[in-house]
Amino acid sequence: MAEIPDEEFILKTTSACAGCSASLILRYVTKAAGKDTVLVIPACCTSVIQGVYPNTAVNVPVYNVAFASAAAVASGMSEAFRAVGKKTNVICFAGDGGTVDIGIQALSGALERGTDFLYICYDNEAYSNTGMQRSGATPIGAKTTTTPLGKNEYKKDLDAIVEAHNPVYMATACSAYPVDLYNKVKKALSIPGPKFIHVLSPCPPGWRFPSEKTIELGKLAVTSGMWLLYERENGKLTITGASKAAMKKSTPIEDYLKAQGRFRTATPEDIAMLKENSKRKMARLAHEAEAQAAEAEEA
Amino acid sequence: MKVKLAISKPTVGASGKTGSWRTFRPVVSHETCTKCGNCYRFCPDAAIDTEFNIDYDFCKGCGICVEVCPKSCIKLIREDE
Repeated sequence: MAEIPDEEFILKTTSACAGCSASLILRYVTKAAGKDTVLVIPACCTSVIQGVYPNTAVNVPVYNVAFASAAAVASGMSEAFRAVGKKTNVICFAGDGGTVDIGIQALSGALERGTDFLYICYDNEAYSNTGMQRSGATPIGAKTTTTPLGKNEYKKDLDAIVEAHNPVYMATACSAYPVDLYNKVKKALSIPGPKFIHVLSPCPPGWRFPSEKTIELGKLAVTSGMWLLYERENGKLTITGASKAAMKKSTPIEDYLKAQGRFRTATPEDIAMLKENSKRKMARLAHEAEAQAAEAEEA
Repeated sequence: MKVKLAISKPTVGASGKTGSWRTFRPVVSHETCTKCGNCYRFCPDAAIDTEFNIDYDFCKGCGICVEVCPKSCIKLIREDE
């Protein structure tokens, strides 16, 4: 607790639902970024929870933009700041719909141009702000208002797409580990160039669980291996925090699924596929980390 | 022509007094508190200060502080009690 500043940039309070992970994430992101920051927010929960015009709960400048354009707007903003010699942090804070579906071309373009900015995708695995419609990030078997019998398709592997752009820094985090999130944001902002952080954000009304279980759900996602915490600095992979233990021995995925109402209709095949997917991802990362370690030893 | 931009100003209580959303009120027992800071750290709305006092004007009553307290010294009490 000592190293995290007590100064809050999210004033009391946002109009987020009780137990919202997004406002917890925003709290730590702004703490890590500090005063000299501009947030670019496309349509997502965060564009709604700031408060009612002409008041806002966010005590740093916020630019609310159209759904598809967050990363493009941040590119222009970052260029303008650098042109006048300012080091202001430009942070996109977008939901999963605005990242994996609607905003992906702007994100891809900004990463390719090497824009000096940080893109944070807080992933609640659906379009929560409009009432929980399915998105590309909704996992297989999850019930949403547009997939009442459970989604039939896989969750899009956003991290692999971003990784293919070779950003200088990319990481995954989870709202249940705010200190880890704080450290990752701090580290990302210390590096010039395009940075990306993908944060899992359990959503009580959308995932159908009681609001007090938000932190427990996040921890279950990580310990069961459904969500992996890692970071890549110039391609060098490091598994971080609780995922180190989860890669060796994970808790049953059923514990994570049973805690949520949205998986109530998930079939045994859906659950088998979720397990298979998580196992494959863990194996891929473990293999890559080993290969990199061996390479480093040779050199 | 004068153009007016839609700019919001940072204000405490931008969404009104969200404390009215509560059904259950978390109450801290300061005698048994070990000052671990979990409740302060995990509160999504920063409604708990570093002295572990809860701001009841804005606490939404989500109950996260009760769940993360290792010594169970925060209790939920119904608002009408």
